Amino acid sequence: MSNSKTNASGQLRTYLSNHLREYGLLFALIAIMAFFQIMTGGILLRPVNITNLFLQNSYIIIMALGMLLIIVTGNIDLSVGSVMGFVGAFAAVLIVSHGLSVAAALPICLIMGALIGAAQGYWVAYWKIPSFIVTLAGMLVFRGLSLWLLEGQSIGPFPKSFQSLSTGFIPDVFGINRPNGTALAAGVITVCLIVWMGMRARARDKSYGIIGEPQALFIIRNIIIAGALLFITYKLSTFRGLPNVLITMAILTVVYAFITENTVLGRRIYALGGNEKASKLSGIKTEKMTFLAFVNMGVLAALAGLIFAARLNTATPKAGLSVELDVIAAVFIGGASMSGGSGKIIGAVVGAFIMGVMNNGMSILGIGIDYQQIIKGLVLLAAVFFDVYNKSKQG
Amino acid sequence: MSTLLEMRSITKKFPGVKALDDVSITVEEGEIHAICGENGAGKSTLMKVLSGVYPAGSYDGEIHYDGNLAAFRNISDSENQGIIIIHQELALIPQLSIAENIFLGNEQANKGIVNWRKTFSGTETLLAKVGLSEAPSTRLDTLGVGKQQLVEIAKALSKDVRLLILDEPTAALSEADSQVLLDLMLELKSKGVTCIIISHKLNEVRKVADSVTVIRDGVTVSTMNTKVETVTEDIIVRDMVGREMGARYPSRETKLGEPLLEINDWSVWHPEQSERQVIKNINMSVRAGEVVGIAGVMGAGRTELAMSLFGKSYGRNISGSVKMHGKPIDVSSVGKAISTGLAYVTEDRKSLGLILDDNIQRNITLANLGNVSKAGVIVEAEETKVAEHYRSTMNVRTPSVFQTVGNLSGGNQQKVVLSKWLFTDPEVLILDEPTRGIDVGAKFEIYGIINNLAAQGKGIVFISSEMPELLGMCDRIYVMNEGTFVGELAAKDASQESIMSLIVTD
Ligand SMILES: Nc1ncnc2c1ncn2[C@@H]1O[C@H](COP(=O)(O)OP(=O)(O)OP(=O)(O)O)[C@@H](O)[C@H]1O
Ligand SMILES: [Mg+2]
Repeated sequence: MSNSKTNASGQLRTYLSNHLREYGLLFALIAIMAFFQIMTGGILLRPVNITNLFLQNSYIIIMALGMLLIIVTGNIDLSVGSVMGFVGAFAAVLIVSHGLSVAAALPICLIMGALIGAAQGYWVAYWKIPSFIVTLAGMLVFRGLSLWLLEGQSIGPFPKSFQSLSTGFIPDVFGINRPNGTALAAGVITVCLIVWMGMRARARDKSYGIIGEPQALFIIRNIIIAGALLFITYKLSTFRGLPNVLITMAILTVVYAFITENTVLGRRIYALGGNEKASKLSGIKTEKMTFLAFVNMGVLAALAGLIFAARLNTATPKAGLSVELDVIAAVFIGGASMSGGSGKIIGAVVGAFIMGVMNNGMSILGIGIDYQQIIKGLVLLAAVFFDVYNKSKQG
Repeated sequence: MSTLLEMRSITKKFPGVKALDDVSITVEEGEIHAICGENGAGKSTLMKVLSGVYPAGSYDGEIHYDGNLAAFRNISDSENQGIIIIHQELALIPQLSIAENIFLGNEQANKGIVNWRKTFSGTETLLAKVGLSEAPSTRLDTLGVGKQQLVEIAKALSKDVRLLILDEPTAALSEADSQVLLDLMLELKSKGVTCIIISHKLNEVRKVADSVTVIRDGVTVSTMNTKVETVTEDIIVRDMVGREMGARYPSRETKLGEPLLEINDWSVWHPEQSERQVIKNINMSVRAGEVVGIAGVMGAGRTELAMSLFGKSYGRNISGSVKMHGKPIDVSSVGKAISTGLAYVTEDRKSLGLILDDNIQRNITLANLGNVSKAGVIVEAEETKVAEHYRSTMNVRTPSVFQTVGNLSGGNQQKVVLSKWLFTDPEVLILDEPTRGIDVGAKFEIYGIINNLAAQGKGIVFISSEMPELLGMCDRIYVMNEGTFVGELAAKDASQESIMSLIVTD
């Protein structure tokens, strides 16, 4: 009896130590949130601030999705901040200066993003020019182009329909409004879905005799995630409900997680990052995969640029300045490896949230931009060190 | 003779695998001690324990070296005591010169400034010791594998070696190169260096070893001294696999069908040196149910021929025609080649065959993801079923198909590569050195698989540097030298001598 108990706890320990990275990340996010919640005297988790957290970080999270894929292929994209700024400026010129309708401008801007991604991906994929160099060039070119486009000025304001890209909220279909019924329902449904999918995956693992996550851990983890989600949706519901960007973000996250983990396309991209030559000899069109990763990054950077411009309600030459660093940091904090082939979408998203909560918390505390940078830099280093240390211990 | 090394009751566990279970081994000063065992028996692991790759504390048991209890924390600890290991995978840097490689990490320098004169003269002395007549400034990647292996040994000699460990040093070498290496080992022995050699080539073991230790499934099975008892290959094999083995090559009844693959006037130029023609107007055919061998020495162009056929993966200005079932086919990309029924099992499994950080399942399905997916979405249940199927039919030794391929022993990795290509269900399978680094038992299994495929009416192209294997397995053998076929022999007319004479007279 006691023997089986020690056995179970031993199993728990080995499982935890093998998956330290994933649980560590979740734990780090919770710890950082708790820390700032206390330090800010409860401001961090106020409904209005939670809403702000999403609005402020949405564009970083959206770009982190694309950046993860780029990094998985063994590349890097330094141009995303500039591209984001450029597309915001482009939208302003189209809509504000030329009076194009929002419905027409949005697809044009996204196509512009795709073309920019294609232009950079072409050199990386087909000419084998290191992505660091190509996108460094892109970073300068598109920063310059947005300055040129805006003639050094800010252009705004945007029409209401454009602003709602970022600052709009989903109306309450139940007509309760406070608390917002849609938000509550969405929270409950999401939690049910997550638990149901988790249980299904466990059942499948079991039927194959795979020893997965120990039961206790599975339950604890689900309780934490469910609790957090319900807590956040409840808080949001007492303010203005679900922000539009939150929905965009959530849908994109689910779609990209699915693509990377369950599709042939995703499998090929990871294979390419793991061993390009072997993938090529397995019939994978490695150049095309790399090219597509850049096109995808361009589209997401364009979307981020639109959302950012919508939130500020103006396009400025400074938009997106050094945002690429936050995005790249988020992906590495989330556990991707520089050499490619590994990293998870959910990790990149949590990494982005860690950066976001730190930015937000430190701003509330009135910590100067100087210290903020120092702290963020050290957190990035600590996260990657934790990775490397973990690996060397296992190897 | 005194005892130099004694490893007592070594046990080493990895998550889910007990690689070594109470292994003991005693090595006398000045002898050549061979370690034999099947793939995954734990040979490499034992040597990594000895050399401090796995530091003291990460395993159980004791190491007594030179009369003292040793607890190496890392490789430099063991190197300081004169234990030098040359790993299964060469650890040289291809872009650097021979001299730079030899003194890597041990630079001949004054206050941080490299003394090139000392480096080069030191290299010359060392190269002379291993019998290599290359300039010290030669870039490593211009040398063949055999010579690279000698450079590794020269590097070991630069470090005051007392106990030299060679993990499958001849696996990638031609017979002539192997002979040079074995002679060198005997010479080192006469100078008092103790050697441990791991090898699957039992004839070599018999040639040089003074004692032989056989390991099976992480346990020492036997230790034999060639001075006091006669050690035959059959005895070693019996201890390795735990039963008597009959013939080395399973028999097959050849039933030839229609011509499958026909290649006409195939020419390929070197990818960088546009003047150099690597493959010169080759004609070749494979019939259904036929095993066709390609013999030749290293550098004859066999791999280049295979890779240029397989989606133009090698070379430039490729010309010539390829037919399958009598109809011309397009092999201009790997994807097209696979879909017309070609498969190529590379000789270089680590860098060209596998994704080492991925698990077995993902590696097996990679070249045919279409078959385990619906509308672009992978059906994981199906994928696991496929992987499990190959794990059991190919007898891959691993706790689960979710094991990382990089953690498998060499032979089991090879079975994974083979599984991956069998899963593409090819018409013609090109095997490039498929038994390199593989134990006798597994070789026999792989021969069996080849025979099975032939019996199903597939065509097999079998590239190998081991002539007995070609003679034992093939129906017909092409002899290749310097980019052309210099002869074609029916199996019954072929012998090692007839093949060699074709190569030499060319
Ligand atoms: N880092 C590791 N993690 C998990 N398992 C490992 C690791 N290294 C080795 N193993 C396992 O330990 C066992 C022994 O492996 P080892 O490489 O020592 O075999 P070997 O006798 O050298 O085989 P080969 O002749 O194929 O080279 C194998 O089952 C292998 O899968
Ligand atoms: Mg080995």
